[in-house]
Amino acid sequence: MANIPMEHGLLLAGVLFSIGLTGLLVRRNIIFMLLSIEVMLNAAGLAFVVAGSRWGAPDGQVMFMFILAMAAAEVAVGLALVLQMYQKYKTLDVDSASKMRG
Amino acid sequence: MYSLLWLVPTIPLVSFFLLMLVGARLPKKTIAAFGAGSVGISALLALVISFTFMTSPPPQHAYTQVLWTWIGVGNFSPDIAFHLDALSVVMMLVVTVVGFLIHLYSIEFMREEEGYSRFFAYMNLFVSMMLVLVLGSNLVLLYLGWEGVGLCSYLLIGFWYKDPANGRAARKAFVVTRVGDAAMALGLFLLFTQLGTLNIQAILEKASLQWATGSTYATAAAALLLGGAVGKSAQLPLQTWLPDAMAGPSPVSALIHAATMVTAGVYLIARTNILFTLAPPVQLLVAVVGAATLLISGFSALTQRDIKRVLAYSTISQIGYMFLALGVGAYTAAIFHFMTHAFFKALLFLGAGAIIMSMHHEHDMFKMGGLKDKMPVTFWTFLAGSAALAAVPLISAGFYSKDMILWYAWSSKSGGAVLWLVALIGAFITGLYTFRMVFITFWGETKGHIDKLPGKTIKIPLIVLGALAIIGGFVDMPHTLGHFAPFSEFLHSALPEVNAFELGLGTEVLFQLIAAAAALGGIYLAYQLYLKKAIHSREVSRGAVRGAVYRFFFSGWGFDWLYDWIFVKPFLWIARVNKGDVVDAIYTGIAAVSRGLHNLVRRSQDGKVRVYAAGIALGAIITIAIAVFL
Repeated sequence: MANIPMEHGLLLAGVLFSIGLTGLLVRRNIIFMLLSIEVMLNAAGLAFVVAGSRWGAPDGQVMFMFILAMAAAEVAVGLALVLQMYQKYKTLDVDSASKMRG
Repeated sequence: MYSLLWLVPTIPLVSFFLLMLVGARLPKKTIAAFGAGSVGISALLALVISFTFMTSPPPQHAYTQVLWTWIGVGNFSPDIAFHLDALSVVMMLVVTVVGFLIHLYSIEFMREEEGYSRFFAYMNLFVSMMLVLVLGSNLVLLYLGWEGVGLCSYLLIGFWYKDPANGRAARKAFVVTRVGDAAMALGLFLLFTQLGTLNIQAILEKASLQWATGSTYATAAAALLLGGAVGKSAQLPLQTWLPDAMAGPSPVSALIHAATMVTAGVYLIARTNILFTLAPPVQLLVAVVGAATLLISGFSALTQRDIKRVLAYSTISQIGYMFLALGVGAYTAAIFHFMTHAFFKALLFLGAGAIIMSMHHEHDMFKMGGLKDKMPVTFWTFLAGSAALAAVPLISAGFYSKDMILWYAWSSKSGGAVLWLVALIGAFITGLYTFRMVFITFWGETKGHIDKLPGKTIKIPLIVLGALAIIGGFVDMPHTLGHFAPFSEFLHSALPEVNAFELGLGTEVLFQLIAAAAALGGIYLAYQLYLKKAIHSREVSRGAVRGAVYRFFFSGWGFDWLYDWIFVKPFLWIARVNKGDVVDAIYTGIAAVSRGLHNLVRRSQDGKVRVYAAGIALGAIITIAIAVFL
C-alpha cells in the first residue's frame, strides 16, 4: 500500500467525485441521483484515507467511519423521501417536483 | 347668584348627551320635556343672573368664573372660564330666551318628523355652544363655541339628510364659513405670538399699550378677526351660504340663521372693539362691508319667491346694518339692533314655518295668498315682525334700533354721508321687500289649501315674540323722544361710547323724519305694487334688460356663479386632471421597479433540484479556483 503515491490516490478520488457530480447533474431519476451522491461521498472518504496514510495518522480512517455513518443516514432519509415523492407524483423524475419555483 | 353661571351652558349640554345616548328610546313627550325644558331652566337661570347683575352689579361691572385650567403648555394656559359683563348679559339673555321660545315652538312643529330626539339633541348642543361662545373669557373658549355652533349649523341644515340637496347646502355652509374660520384662527395665532395671551380682557389691555393706532400688527389682527366675523355672519364676500342654509327646518333658520349664530360675528367685533379702534382702516372696512352687504342682499330679497329666502336675504341685510354700526363705532347700536333683530327675525321665521307647515311644505309665496283671515294669530304676529323689520316708526322695535344706526352712520366721526345714504336706501328697500312678502302672502285670493292650523305651542312663542318685536325697542329711546336710554347706559360699562359730532336735536329730528319717510315710502310702494296693483309687478321685470336685472338680483348678484367659476370649476378641473395623482407616480414607480427586479430574480428559482446542485457545484469550483489561483 505504501508504495502507491498519494497523487494517484487523490487523482482517483477527484475522478470519482467528478463522475458522481456529473451523474448528479445529468440524471433525472432520483434513485440514480442518490447513487451519484453516494459515489461523491465515497470519493471524499477515499481522499481522507489516502491523506491519512500519507501522514501515517489514523484520523483519515476515523473520518471515513463518520462518512459511512452519515451516508447510511442520508440514504435512509433519502429513500423515505423517494417513496413519498413516488406516491405523490407517480414518477421518479425530479424535474416534475418543481412546484416550489419562485 | 353669579356662581351658578356655569350651569347656564352646562344644562343644555347635559340634555344633549342624554338625548344623544338614550333619546331614540324615549317617548316624544319626554324628549320634548328634556329638549325644551333644559333650555327653559337655563333661560330662567340667565334671567335671575341678569337681574342680579342689573340690580347689584359686581365690581367693575364684570364677573369672571374660572372653573379649571383647560390646557397648560408653557405660557399658554387658557382656562375654562366664563366672563360676565353687560355685553355677555345681553347676548346670554337673547340666546336663552329666544332659544327657549324656539324650542317650545319646535315641540309641535317637529312632532311628525323622524329623528325627533336627534333634532332636540342638536338644538341643545347649539344653545350650549352659543352660550360658551358669548360667555367664554378667552378667545380659545370663544373659538370652541364658534366651531361648535358651526358644527350644529351643519348638522341642522342637513337635518333632512335623505334629500341630497340638503346635504349639499349643509356642506356649502360648512365650507364657506370655514374660510372665515381659518382667517380667525390665524388672527388668534397672531394675537398669541404678539401679546402672549388669549384672555380677552388681557388682550384688550395689552393691545392698547403695545400697539400704536394704525400699526401693522393691530391692522392685521383686526383684519383677520373681521375675516372670521364675515364668514360667520354671512357678510360680503362670504354671504353665499346663508340663503342655501334655508334647507334646514324653520326653527333652525329662526334660531341659528337669524337670531343667534349669524350674529356671532357682530359679537366678536364688539367684544374686541379696541383692536378695531386701533386699526382705523379695518374699522372703515367693517362699515363698508356692512353697507355693501345690506344693499346687495336687499336687492336680492326683492326678487325672491321662496318666503324663507326673502327672510334669509333680509337677515344678511340686517346684519349688514349691524356691521355698519360697528364700523362707525356705534357698538351699542349694533348690539341693540342685534337684540331687536333676534326678536323680530326669529318671529318671522317661526311665522313662515307655521305657514309652510299649514300649506303642505309650500315655500313659494305666490302659491300662498289670502292667509289673512285663515291664520289670524300667525298673520298678526307676522305683521308685527314685518313692521319691526321694515322699521315702521314709533310702534316697532326695529325702528328704534335702525334709526340709531342711521343716525350714527351720519353723525359719528368715522361715519359719513355715503354710508348714511346707503343705509337710507337700504331702509327703503327693506320696507319694500318686507311688505311685498306680507301682501303676497296674506292678501289676495287664496291659492293653496290649509289642512292644519298651528296649535298652542306654536302660537305662544309667536305671540311672545310678537310682543317683544313691538316693545323690545322701548328700552332705548333716541334723544328726541325723551332720552330714555337704559339699554345703552347699561352696555356702556362694557362697550365704548360712540365718538360722534354734536349736531343738535333739530338735525336729529330731521334725520329721523327722513328715515321714517324712507321706510314708509318702501311700504307704500309695496302697497301700490302688490296690493292695489297700480303697476303690475310683472311689468317691472318685463323686457330683456329688466329681465336680466331681475335674474341678476334673483341669483343673489351672481356670487354663486362667480365663485363657481373662480373656485369650484378650477378645483374640479384640477381634480379631474390629477385623477391619477401626479405625486403618487413616484411611489407607484418605486413599486414597479421592485416588481421588475422580483420577476428577474424569480427566474433563478425554478424549483429544479439539479439546477440548484449545479449552482452549488459551480459556486464550489469558483471558490476553490479563487483559493488556488489567487
